[in-house]
Amino acid sequence: MTTKVVMEALSPTMEEGRLVEWKKQEGDAVAVGDVLAEVETDKAVMELVARAAGTLLKHVVEAGATVPVSELVAVIGEAGEAVSEEAGKRGGGEAKRDSGTAGQADSGAAGQRGSKDSQATQPSPGQNRPVSMPPAPPTAAVAAEQRPSAKPPAREGNGAKAAPGRVKASPLARRIAAERGVDLVGVTGSGPEGRVVARDLETAVATAPVSSRPAPSGATASAPLPRRPADVPYTDVPLTQIRKTIARRLAQSIGPVPTFYLTSEVDMERVAEAREALRAAGKREGGEAGTDAKVSFNDIIIKAVAMALRQHPACNSWWQDDHIRYWNEVHVSMAVAVEEGLITPVIRHADQKTLREIAAESRDLAARARERRLKPEEYTGGTFTVSNLGMLDIDEFTAIINPPETGILAVGRMAEKPVAHDGAVAIRRRMRLTMSCDHRVIDGATGAQFLKTLKGMLENPLALVW
Amino acid sequence: MATQFDVIIVGGGPAGYVCAIRAAQLGLATAVIEKDKLGGVCVNIGCIPTKALLHSAYVAGLVAHDAKDLGIEVGSVKTDYGVAMRRSRKVSEQNSKGVEFLMKKHKVTVVKGTGVLGPNRTVRVGKDEYQARKAVVLATGSRVKGIPQIGLEINKSTVISSDEALFLETHPKTLAVVGAGAVGCEFADIFHAFGSKVTLIEALPRILPLEDAESSDALTKSFKKRGVTVIAGAKVKKATVAKDKVTLEVETGGKTESIEAEKVLMAAGRAVNTENLGLQEAGVQLTDRGFIKVNPATLETSAPGVYSIGDVAGPPMLAHKGSREGIVVAELIAGHHPQPIKYDNVPSVTYCHPEVASIGMTEDQAKERKLEYQVGRFPFSANGRARTAGETEGFVKIIRDKKYGEILGAHIVGGHASEIIHELAVARQNEYTVEEVDLAIHAHPTLSEAIAEAALDSMGRVVHI
Repeated sequence: MTTKVVMEALSPTMEEGRLVEWKKQEGDAVAVGDVLAEVETDKAVMELVARAAGTLLKHVVEAGATVPVSELVAVIGEAGEAVSEEAGKRGGGEAKRDSGTAGQADSGAAGQRGSKDSQATQPSPGQNRPVSMPPAPPTAAVAAEQRPSAKPPAREGNGAKAAPGRVKASPLARRIAAERGVDLVGVTGSGPEGRVVARDLETAVATAPVSSRPAPSGATASAPLPRRPADVPYTDVPLTQIRKTIARRLAQSIGPVPTFYLTSEVDMERVAEAREALRAAGKREGGEAGTDAKVSFNDIIIKAVAMALRQHPACNSWWQDDHIRYWNEVHVSMAVAVEEGLITPVIRHADQKTLREIAAESRDLAARARERRLKPEEYTGGTFTVSNLGMLDIDEFTAIINPPETGILAVGRMAEKPVAHDGAVAIRRRMRLTMSCDHRVIDGATGAQFLKTLKGMLENPLALVW
Repeated sequence: MATQFDVIIVGGGPAGYVCAIRAAQLGLATAVIEKDKLGGVCVNIGCIPTKALLHSAYVAGLVAHDAKDLGIEVGSVKTDYGVAMRRSRKVSEQNSKGVEFLMKKHKVTVVKGTGVLGPNRTVRVGKDEYQARKAVVLATGSRVKGIPQIGLEINKSTVISSDEALFLETHPKTLAVVGAGAVGCEFADIFHAFGSKVTLIEALPRILPLEDAESSDALTKSFKKRGVTVIAGAKVKKATVAKDKVTLEVETGGKTESIEAEKVLMAAGRAVNTENLGLQEAGVQLTDRGFIKVNPATLETSAPGVYSIGDVAGPPMLAHKGSREGIVVAELIAGHHPQPIKYDNVPSVTYCHPEVASIGMTEDQAKERKLEYQVGRFPFSANGRARTAGETEGFVKIIRDKKYGEILGAHIVGGHASEIIHELAVARQNEYTVEEVDLAIHAHPTLSEAIAEAALDSMGRVVHI
């Protein structure tokens, strides 16, 4: 007889888990309690353990797949035993109705959810999640109630049960736990049959709120970001569980776009020198190319931003609600004040254009923007925005992110300031940059690294042509 | 040699007899000592006969006022309190017999007489001594009380209590009811329906002072509409008791008013039966307010092995609270680990018309505790079933915790409020939030739909208004 192994709800708020790595391979012998796989939940990477002994007959999903709770992930049985076609297939509903296998204890809301998800979103193993996802349950409460949470109940004997029971908890207890970040799995229930009730949470220690957890390193947070040739304009990466939780929590806290701000002061002496040199060269060239040499500070900043974005793809991204789109192309929007507001014409492939091209294009776009003669495709599709109020004598400011973009750079005025330079006080031209970051995608360190790169490029403009 | 039992229960009311049944179910040799009839106040001179009379009152009102509208011509309507009273007695007797039967069925020994507690879990009844091996449970209950300080001592002729009211052959022409809690309101309702001119007097600012202010207001309105005089925030300063009438001096709002009535019904509280029980000798302490002091978790008194349940063990003085304590204490004595009693989840019901039922906090209590809450309301005037029955008075009110959706309190005024409150009792017991109440599909058309609507309204999503 075979026993099905399903994705367990390893935390009370877990709705699906990403199977990070199989710890047992097909054909391996397993004992009850053996770690079968590592599963990334919305909180952490946890272990999926065997609830039955035997031989791991089949991996139903491959490492990397995201699987809704209570869906089949593997089959355990006797060595050499044939895996029935039915048992070897994922498909929550059918699997659950199969009375021949013990342990499909999960029922009710959990079961329904599982099967619903499997139809709507079932990813084939190893592939990215489909772009469209079913909408979230209409209200938080519904979600809370339907959220299956499980801990394996105390078992007598070795029963060939594959599915976990659920954490028994009252709806109120579930809500309070979710709010406080308490993991119900660790709470001893004092209600009937060990049901967790609200009073049990009075003493329960809250695990650290998710939002205050240290941000993971880039590599863990999101799969390695590919550098692809330009024939693939972008890469969609499914949201990891932690990214989802960060997104949800931060949005709850601050509004639709959970924004934070990073400010850095940049020494602009060398940019100013470079600009002077370019202008002088332009004058010498004269004639046809003469106008093109009118390069502005903003053009240089756009070029530097585009180059920096190349190195920091996390900042060159779109928040797409259920996934993050990392752009392999860099399209820098520039905010242009117009009579009735502002518009953001886009300099496409800014990272691949020369300063001269950018300068010409930005002048053209800005002029036509003021005349309201831009075509829609000229002001949509940006991957990052630069907004400059320096010409209006603003020292520094914070700009509002233009969704689905996840970052915007607010450029302040360039001003002469006494600063410490080479061990002496010197008057230098300085400029403040403030980056607004969508925390759902860009973590503090990620944004700071981008800004550091940008600052480095501006302080050493040769890097732009390196 | 003392007769031995595992458990001896003093008092055979709804706390004591239920405790006895549960103890017997758990295999304990059990005795109940009862000086009067089994079933106690509830069955004999409380819950049951008053509900029988209230049903008569309901029918009287229906026939007199609504029948014609419903297409039923009945001619002139004549009421006879004596007949209604004798019917209520029959119901009580049947119920008391029912308890006797239950005692036999569960092999509980019933000892007739007054039990007096002795040392070491002994109880004397007259000359006989009984020894409890495991526990003695005191369930001696409570009784009505007068206010002798102002001349309102119960004399059983002009100044009466519910005990006497339940045995009157005729209704008094005029009746003053002192105290507008559940008992006062119910008797005001009964006697008004049988033709008495009723004045209902309450010392606190509103009738049913323990209920939500909106419930009090709704009932006041209904009483006044029917012609019951309601005087709340009124102090009875002095009573002059004559042979065939009582004159009350009532101070209200700075004015003193004189109210004359053929009879005064005292419904201003109850006294617990703690006297002549041998409590002091056995080391059983009382609380400041005169109740037997118990550990709320175990219901054990200050004397080891002596427990107390029901009215005598503290408020709320309600039969169903006593019964629950009876079950829990029997299980504790048998070594089980019962779920603790949620004293904040004891429903409270007044069976007058319209009925008033509640569970949990009132809005004022939620306010006092500075809780963040949201009120949901639904009037029965917008409920189809209520309209079909012509009972559109009242409402459902749900007080929801803003953050978690917990049902902090629920209040129902209306026909069958006593029945439909239990949906919310179950919800609260299981910690369902308003959303689970809404998600449960309610049959149409029912009064209970008003509960679902009130739940929705607390979330700002009411459908039918």
